[in-house]
Formats: sequence, structure tokens, C-alpha cells
Amino acid sequence: MPDKTMRDALNEALHHEFERDPTTFAIGEDIAGGRGGTGELDCTGGVFGVTRGLLTKFGEERVLDTPISESAIVGAASGAALAGMRPVAEIMFSSFIGVCMDQIINQMAKFRYMFGGKSKCPVVVRFVCGAGMSAAAQHSHTNYQMMTSVPGLKVVVPSNAYDAKGLLISAIRDDDPVLFFEHMLLFQTSCEVPDEAYEIPFGEAAMPREGDDATVVAFSNMVNVCANAIDSLAEKGITCDLIDPRTTSPLDEETILESVEATGRLIVVDESPPRCGLTADIAAMVAQKAFGALKAPIQQVTAPHTPVPFAPELERAYLPDAEKVKAAIEATLA
Amino acid sequence: MQLSEQALLRAYRQMKLIREFEERIQREIMLGQIPGFTHIYSGQEANAVGVCEHLSDKDYIVSTHRGHGHCIAKGCDVKGMMKELFGSSDGLCKGRGGSMHVADISKGMLGANGIVGGGPPISVGAALACKMRGDGGVSVSFSGDGSTNQGTTFEAMNMAVVLDVPQVFVFEDNGYAENTGSSFSTGCDDIAVRSSSFGFPVFSADGTDFFDVYDKAAEAIEHARSGKGPAGVYTKVDRFYGHFVGDPEGYRAKGETEYLKEHKCCLKNFRARTLEAELLKAEQLDALDEDVMAEIEASVVASREAPRHDGSLVEEDVYASYA
Repeated sequence: MPDKTMRDALNEALHHEFERDPTTFAIGEDIAGGRGGTGELDCTGGVFGVTRGLLTKFGEERVLDTPISESAIVGAASGAALAGMRPVAEIMFSSFIGVCMDQIINQMAKFRYMFGGKSKCPVVVRFVCGAGMSAAAQHSHTNYQMMTSVPGLKVVVPSNAYDAKGLLISAIRDDDPVLFFEHMLLFQTSCEVPDEAYEIPFGEAAMPREGDDATVVAFSNMVNVCANAIDSLAEKGITCDLIDPRTTSPLDEETILESVEATGRLIVVDESPPRCGLTADIAAMVAQKAFGALKAPIQQVTAPHTPVPFAPELERAYLPDAEKVKAAIEATLA
Repeated sequence: MQLSEQALLRAYRQMKLIREFEERIQREIMLGQIPGFTHIYSGQEANAVGVCEHLSDKDYIVSTHRGHGHCIAKGCDVKGMMKELFGSSDGLCKGRGGSMHVADISKGMLGANGIVGGGPPISVGAALACKMRGDGGVSVSFSGDGSTNQGTTFEAMNMAVVLDVPQVFVFEDNGYAENTGSSFSTGCDDIAVRSSSFGFPVFSADGTDFFDVYDKAAEAIEHARSGKGPAGVYTKVDRFYGHFVGDPEGYRAKGETEYLKEHKCCLKNFRARTLEAELLKAEQLDALDEDVMAEIEASVVASREAPRHDGSLVEEDVYASYA
């Protein structure tokens, strides 16, 4: 099986679905690039190149570059979805979700419920998320933890190229609004990815490491950070389950609870700020449903309660890293 | 409007300072000294300077992701800005903001902005503060052509009229909203006409010509300052580089930027005009060029030696108080 980057895996997923379903289309800023310019069309393919080649293959009627108008992009995508299409919108950096928040949390998320289950809104909105490139406070946030709290939205946070392809295909085929968060540090990472189309079901966690001593739950790029931390603990004879929920809504509670029942220790890791976030959410769920199994206090490893700083030294201090994760794992074993 | 020799020299020095700041940071980025995403203002200097020469510290501006020029024109300390871009703890914003978030409230500079269209509503608020205090101040929002298509900008234009505030909308149309041509992304033929339909006068200028921008900005700012409500300035201009440093610019014809640098340079234009009219002497401008180069060099040397963060202050300054 060939190795592919997450960028290429996502690009393949879009090509598969665009060929399969003529109601799919892409809409966003610079997703092709070059409209109205003096140079080449389709030269950009989105800010990280994920949509490259779609315009050339599927034409201007299905690959729509737009003005910089996030509210209108998301609103038009969800309106088209209500009206029978299956759009894939792109909002570039997830921090820009602030600009189109109403269309996401008051409109697309609520249509089905408000309309008595008589509508469906099969729209996907893709975002680049996360820190690590000194992109500073308005281009580096995760935002998926906020969106997880909104009923009506499904939220996807792939940690590798294989999952990204299968999850994006599932997202496009899903009949609900799906927010799809692609971490900026993952586009160049690669792993084995089949050439053919495949789905990865929502609400089904992956377990990239298996062990006996503790359960580590992490999201998006933090899965890779935690894998490194766990691998480096092997020399001390410590082994852990590492759970990648892959979707935060729906959440695979069962896999987490089964693991904690076996290990008795839980560490939850996310690069979002800590308050009202995913780590607190999962810690509370486990405390309620598996309290008797716990042998030590649950550890949460998160970013601090601050915006994302610019200076590289501050950004490193902001982000959870393998050392912080190792310390948290060892704290549960102390 | 005839400027004094002193005012002409000052305007040239400000434009040159912006140009050399932008040229130098591109080199420092290539050397790995400046992290993050950086957007270059070269080619547009006549706009920032032509507007800000009418403003004082009691007036406000808000800027964009392409904000270094506006910051310098409004009086932000160049050495502090360079240190900020280097990520030093001694930077103008303590290294927390970086290129897209340079600000100096003491100079009336309310921030570059990472969000397209984020600035105009904030500027309307600053204009409202000026009106409520009755201090004669005005507020200016700098936006690109891309920003003119954001709902926030539309809302700000309407509200500035409704609240009758001393607000000036400056729209610098550099031809591209990121990698998409403004002729495609802007649905109207004329941004000035569309903006003026909100109910205020908009003056169009050649954004490569300092004198044209300066004169039109004078009219707009005087309109706002004299209590007649908001006004606008629309300029057509060109950016000499990509959307960000490292942009491969496939969306532009080969040779386009070289042509622009040769034929649409506000600095060359200014020099030719002032020498031809015998307002200034070449030696005066040459001396300013040298002076600016020395200032930029000194700012880079200072930035390389400036203190770095150790990570311990990552949680500082989230709030003004922690009670």
C-alpha cells in the first residue's frame, strides 16, 4: 500500500466523492485560486493545497472560489444542502469560525431539530486548525472543542492520513452538518493509504497503542505527541492504551470506559485551553461511569487558559508536549 | 495641496522606511530569524503615509494582516516592531502578537488584524469614542479590496452613518484578495460607488501617487473631523509581492511584479515629481535613503541581540486583573 501525505489523502477523498456524487461541490476562498488574476487558474488549491486539481477536473460550476465572506460561504453551503446538494465548504483557518459563527451554531446545526426532523443538511465545513507554526492568536486555535458543545453538529479531528481520507468520505456521505478539522502540522505527515475509497464510521475510536498501565485519550495531532510519550516510557516498563476518538461528536465512550476499567488510570490530552473543554468532558464522563475502576486521580494535559502566543518559545510553552504527557502518565502511577 | 519642504522630506522618509522595513524582513525570514506568517506592504506605501500624515496621536487607525506600513506611518517604533517580528520579549507587544498583531495604543494604533474585515467595526467604535469625548479626533480603518466583501465592513459602513461618527474608511484595492483577483471577487464595478451608497462621500485616488492620496485623504479626514459624519478613500494600488512571504504567486502573470516595481513605484514616482518640480534636491533624498538604511540595520542588530522568552510568561496579560 502506498504512503501518502494527509494532504494527498484528503485530496483523494474529495476526488472519489466528486466522481461518485454529482450533487457534491466545493466552495471557499482560494480553493482553486487564480480567478480574476493574470496567471494560472487552480494554482492554489486552498491554503494548504488540499483542493488542488478539483477545478481542472470538475470545472468551475462545482469548484467555487468565493470572495472573503465566511458567513456567506457557510450560509450558502448549508442553504444548498437544505435544497438537496452536498457541499464541501472550506473556511481556511479555524479561527475564522468567529466570522461565521451564527451560520454554524444558530443555522445549520439547528435546522433539523427546529424543522421537526423534516430537513437534512448534508454539509461539510473544512478548517485548518491548531498551533505550531507561530501563526499567532488569530490563526492557531483548535475551535473543535467549542463546536463539540453544539448539538446538531458532528465534529471530526483526524490524526493521520489514513483516518483523514476515510473520515472525509464518511463526512461527505453523512446527512448531517459535519465540521472537519485538519491540524496544520499534519498535512505533510504520511502513512499507508489505500487508493480506493473507504469509510471510517463516526463515533468509533482507534487505538494506536495498547498497554496495561494507563489509558491516554488524545485528539488530532496530540495523538502523535502522546504516541511518542508512550513509546519513550517503554524503557521504564510502562505501557498504555492510546485512544484516538477521531470524532468528538459523536464520541466513542465505550472504548474509553472499557480501557479505563482495565487500566484504572486516565490521562486526557488536548491542545485546546482547559476550561469547558474535551478533557474536562471526558474526565467527567469517566468519573461518573467508571469511578470504581479509578486507582488514581484523572490527569488533564491541555494548553493554558490563554490565546495562542506568537513567539516560538511561548508557543512551545503553550502546547502540550511529550514531556508533559509523560509527567502526567507517571503522576497517575506514582 | 502644496507641502512644505519639511513635510515632503518627512513623507518620503516614512515611505522609504516602510519599504526598507518590508524588504529587510523578507531577508530575515529567509534567514530563519522571523517565524510565522508575514504579509508584505511594499508598493502600497503612499496609502499609509498619504493618510497618516493628516493624523496625530489623538486619532486612531485600525489595520489589516498587511499592517506594517500602517503601523510605521502612524508612528509605531520601528525597532520595537522589528523586535516583535523576531518574537523577542522586548518587542512592541512582548512577542505575543507578531506580524499580524502589531499595536501601540499610545500612538492611536489599534492593531493590525488577522481577520479580514475584523477592523472596520472596531474603528467605528474608536470614532464613537472621539465623538463622545468631543476631542476632535477621527478614526481611520484601513482595509483591502477583500475586506470590502465582508459583512462586518458593510455593517460598519452603515453604522458609521447611523451613529454619525468621525470615521474614515480607507480601501486599498491592490488587485488581489489573497490569491483571487478583486475583479472576480468583488461583484461591483467600483468599490467607491458601492461604498458611497451607504451615505457618505468616497474619494478615489491613485494609490501609487502619494500626492493624490494625500489630497483625497485630506478631504475625507476634514469631512469627518468637521462633524459631517463618515467619509471614505478608495485607492487603486499594486502589491509588489505575494499574499504572504513564500507565496508562489501562480495566479499572477510572469513578469507582472517586475513591471509593477519598475513602473508603479510610489517612491520612484515621488522622487521624479519632486525633483522635476525642483521642490527637493536629489542629495536630500539620497541622504534620507542612507538614514533609513541605517535605522533598519540598527533595528535588525537590536532584534538579534534582544532578549528571548523562556516560556515562563505564557499566561501573563490574558486579563487586566485576576481577582
